Amino acid sequence: MKPAPFDYRRARSVADALGLLAELGGEAKVIAGGQSLMPMMAFRLARPSHLVDIGGLGELRGLWVDDDGLHIGALTTHHQVETCTDPAVLAGWPVLPASMSWIGHLPIRTLGTVGGSVAHGDALAEWCLLTTLLDAVLVAEGADGRREIPVADFFLGFFTTALLPDELLVEVRFPAPAPHAALTEYAERHGDYAIVSAAVSLDLVDGSLRGGRIALGGVADAPVRVPEAEALLTAGTTHPDELGGVFAAAADAAAAAVDPGDDQHGSADYRRSLVRTLVQRAGVQASVAARAVDDDRPAAVPAGARRRP
Amino acid sequence: MSERQLVTLTVNGVEHELLVEPRRTLVDALRHDLRLTGTHVGCEHGVCGACTVLVDGLPARACLMFAVQAEGREISTVESLSPDGRLNDLQQSFVDHHGLQCGFCTPGMLMLAEGLLAERPAAGREEIREVVAANLCRCTGYQSIVDAVEACARARCPQEERS
Ligand SMILES: Cc1cc2nc3c(=O)[nH]c(=O)nc-3n(C[C@H](O)[C@H](O)[C@H](O)COP(=O)(O)OP(=O)(O)OC[C@H]3O[C@@H](n4cnc5c(N)ncnc54)[C@H](O)[C@@H]3O)c2cc1C
Ligand code: FES
Ligand code: FES
Repeated sequence: MKPAPFDYRRARSVADALGLLAELGGEAKVIAGGQSLMPMMAFRLARPSHLVDIGGLGELRGLWVDDDGLHIGALTTHHQVETCTDPAVLAGWPVLPASMSWIGHLPIRTLGTVGGSVAHGDALAEWCLLTTLLDAVLVAEGADGRREIPVADFFLGFFTTALLPDELLVEVRFPAPAPHAALTEYAERHGDYAIVSAAVSLDLVDGSLRGGRIALGGVADAPVRVPEAEALLTAGTTHPDELGGVFAAAADAAAAAVDPGDDQHGSADYRRSLVRTLVQRAGVQASVAARAVDDDRPAAVPAGARRRP
Repeated sequence: MSERQLVTLTVNGVEHELLVEPRRTLVDALRHDLRLTGTHVGCEHGVCGACTVLVDGLPARACLMFAVQAEGREISTVESLSPDGRLNDLQQSFVDHHGLQCGFCTPGMLMLAEGLLAERPAAGREEIREVVAANLCRCTGYQSIVDAVEACARARCPQEERS
């Protein structure tokens, strides 16, 4: 269908966009890449009276690393992350470029933005999972200036975030490097939103596993961390056999800890068994990524191994 | 409400000024206002890929962009592939490998593949398969489309230039 009529305003700066949002009030919506908002408008699930287009704000586009971690401007596209060649990004956060191929398809990734994904707050979106996994900080700007929101306080539930209607998400920041991390998921067709997704990040110090993080999508209204399973991520070695046992135990603990619902994409039991398979797989991939980093070689995961549970 | 806006679009190297409602999608502006009907339109919500064009050289869904958002950007449509009425090498490869039957998906597939090959000239079969999966084809079963793109890629970027 065609979207319902609306008035269009093109923002010339962040300040201009904030002024427009304040002036136009609650019926106005920001449009970034439009890859979620436009389908919703075409279905008439969204009928904003005004669109404030922030797509031209070059100041919000790009990735850079400094002492505070990796900064990703809200308007950076999925494709820009996927094709990023900055050695500092690839050394510290290789999981980000590597995960992009899970997001829809190439023509979606060329327009869709990191900030748009996070602001949209879909529990199955890869960026929502990655920010949850890596304790990202979401930087919002409003009339009173900037505020930093820890990811633990950001995703509040079904398509609901802590962002206020008159605020812009300006940056997503990953404070700490995560060289040993992986994301994997299962969908009926590649490019569809996942039924369940899992991401794992490992703390490997001097050849031993000292802890890690596990995040899941598709088991609740928002992405979740699983502390019960994370507690099991310790081992005195990084030998693949021993780690395999550790990941299997963590995967069982994760499957036991979640309480997913039933819907047309799968029963609760099916989702729990996907959790078990995917946590184990992400753990193995994260440790493979780790060995590859240690060997100073790019992480090679066979393409075909990514898809099926 | 919904006041018309003047936009300047560069399509296939030619600048056009259009007065459009903000809700006019880029694909409708191309087809109805500029009469460039080579670009097809199917689902109008981003899943089928029939409307795929290049925006600043990268493949994008023309149904998921409002014409007003395309101000100042370079759009290329399937018409750009054969300015003198002769098929380009990719189009010829689709003919040679039976990469189309009804042809509905073809303009989108061609622009998707042009975008891919411009960015990754040495793309291998697996990469081509993954990218072609972005667009739906109800006729061919995809194998012949992948064959067509792969053959064109090999001709454009011979083995010795592949890394
Ligand atoms: C066919 C298809 C398949 C897809 N598959 C996937 C997938 O597998 N995984 C996935 O994660 N995504 C998928 N997407 C969605 C895609 O990733 C979008 O890019 C993303 O969800 C939203 O980014 P956007 O820039 O397009 O945001 P928009 O659509 O422009 O905006 C989305 C929402 O966020 C708000 N918003 C946007 N930017 C800001 C900002 N800076 N500050 C405040 N509010 C803001 C808007 O007001 C709107 O409510 C798919 C889309 C399509 C069409
Ligand atoms: S018409 Fe644009 S993707 Fe289907
Ligand atoms: S040739 Fe008919 S849809 Fe592809």
